[in-house]
Amino acid sequence: MSHPAFVAFDRVSLAYDETSGYAVEDITLSIGSGEFIAIVGPSGCGKSTFMKLCTGLKAPTQGTVRVDGKGVAGPLKIVGMAFQAPNLLPWRTTLDNVLLPLEIVQPYRASFKHKHDEYVARARKLLETVGLEGSEGKFPWQLSGGMQQRASICRALIHEPQLLMLDEPFGALDAFTREELWLVLRDLWQERRFTVVLVTHDLREAVFLADTVYCMSRRPGKIVARRAIDLPRPRDLEVTYSEHFIGIVHELRAHIGRVRKG
Amino acid sequence: MAAKRNLDRWAPWIFLVVLLLVWEFGVRLFRIDEFVLPTASASFRALYDNFGPILMNTWPTFWTTMVGFGIGIVVGVLIGVLIGSSRLMYNGLYPLLVAFNAIPKAAFVPILVVWFGIGVVPATLTAFLICFFPITVNVATGLATIEPELEDVLRALGASRADVLIKVGLPRSIPYFFASLKVAITLAFVGSVVSELTAANEGIGQLMLAASSTMRVPLMFAGLIVISIMAMVMYVAFAALERRMTGWAHRGMNMPG
Ligand SMILES: Nc1ncnc2c1ncn2[C@@H]1O[C@H](COP(=O)(O)OP(=O)(O)OP(=O)(O)O)[C@@H](O)[C@H]1O
Ligand SMILES: [Mg+2]
Repeated sequence: MSHPAFVAFDRVSLAYDETSGYAVEDITLSIGSGEFIAIVGPSGCGKSTFMKLCTGLKAPTQGTVRVDGKGVAGPLKIVGMAFQAPNLLPWRTTLDNVLLPLEIVQPYRASFKHKHDEYVARARKLLETVGLEGSEGKFPWQLSGGMQQRASICRALIHEPQLLMLDEPFGALDAFTREELWLVLRDLWQERRFTVVLVTHDLREAVFLADTVYCMSRRPGKIVARRAIDLPRPRDLEVTYSEHFIGIVHELRAHIGRVRKG
Repeated sequence: MAAKRNLDRWAPWIFLVVLLLVWEFGVRLFRIDEFVLPTASASFRALYDNFGPILMNTWPTFWTTMVGFGIGIVVGVLIGVLIGSSRLMYNGLYPLLVAFNAIPKAAFVPILVVWFGIGVVPATLTAFLICFFPITVNVATGLATIEPELEDVLRALGASRADVLIKVGLPRSIPYFFASLKVAITLAFVGSVVSELTAANEGIGQLMLAASSTMRVPLMFAGLIVISIMAMVMYVAFAALERRMTGWAHRGMNMPG
């Protein structure tokens, strides 16, 4: 697929401190606007570091990161993020947790008081699309892990970010819930077409959801393979049993295997 | 199940009764002189007999303690927020606070007397000095232990440090704060009474000093009983307040004790 580049990494390296060497090295890639990419790689290879570079939470030691045509200096302010741990605030109800970004991001922040009803309606609608209707008033500890993760994804999307960063968001869930949430994410993305960076350990997840999958090497993390996923959309879970799908997964698996030995 | 829960509830009272019985009959059994260790009954009798003067001295002690405790809350929270939200402040101030906390607060009393004279001021300030530290440490801990990923989520939304503090840091540290109040209030009583022992005209500390000079040991024990009852009542009050304010914390996140 050809997209205008939304995120562009140009020969980016990052060292956390002087002594330990690069955590990620010489990363060049571009993510199109509305593209869904996935990053896979062994543990500790720098996937989360890539996320921090992408969102401006860390500045590169070398190279440049551009988002939406502008060089990144400091946190981006428009990004939605979700992690493996849902990190909901236990003193807020599900609804209020989802509303949190609107209390922070402009222009919502300025109008949060007098457009409160509108925003609540919006949050309810979003919660409904992920199957959380009826849980708006519950506190996070009253939700199951999967429900918390749904709420966490809603929180990442409520302010309609152009860029969604997901760091192993389904890693802690059982296989069924995970596949259910793939569909939720697929539908949300299909409808809104934000740009997504998904970090995952699950190759099937990467292939099912993404337009492009990148494989990273062991530390220092480099991009060792880029695989465009040419499965037609919209994709159904059925596709995960097709030969073509399994072929791609095997191909990626081979890359990872090489990386781990090498 | 229900029986066990009942037992849990009554446990403090049962232990109290056992303690009083051991005290009473221990003293009687070993025929310990009243001038050394009076029986529980003699101590309560002294409490009853001197109820008027004890009450008159209880009020100032309670009052100075509460004022010192109030100052301790304000100062403790301010310093706690300061060192909990800034790494520079944490690195710079924390060691000084630890050093300060290691000084026995009784050692401040003579200095406070020189500065403020004998009276309620040294007692109030000693209560304050002894009780603010746990509040500071707990508030700072609550602030400093925000999950880094949650902070990333907020910063990627463009949240300022003040936003993070207000939306997450402060609410998050509230259970830590209330947990520290229980400890701080009992410490405040220690501070005020210690100060009253040497630098006051009234208060339970003074009453005990006077009783000591006339060898009225049961009355001294009556003073101790009054102090611990006051501290206990306040502890229970703040524990109840804690439960009311931070119900979410006991299920939603791991809490300090
Ligand atoms: N704040 C930090 N300070 C110093 N080194 C760090 C820091 N964060 C990560 N690292 C190092 O950078 C490397 C990459 O870490 P990163 O968290 O990006 O890995 P990852 O690919 O996300 O791993 P995982 O799959 O286990 O989450 C690791 O070797 C790690 O030790
Ligand atoms: Mg990671």
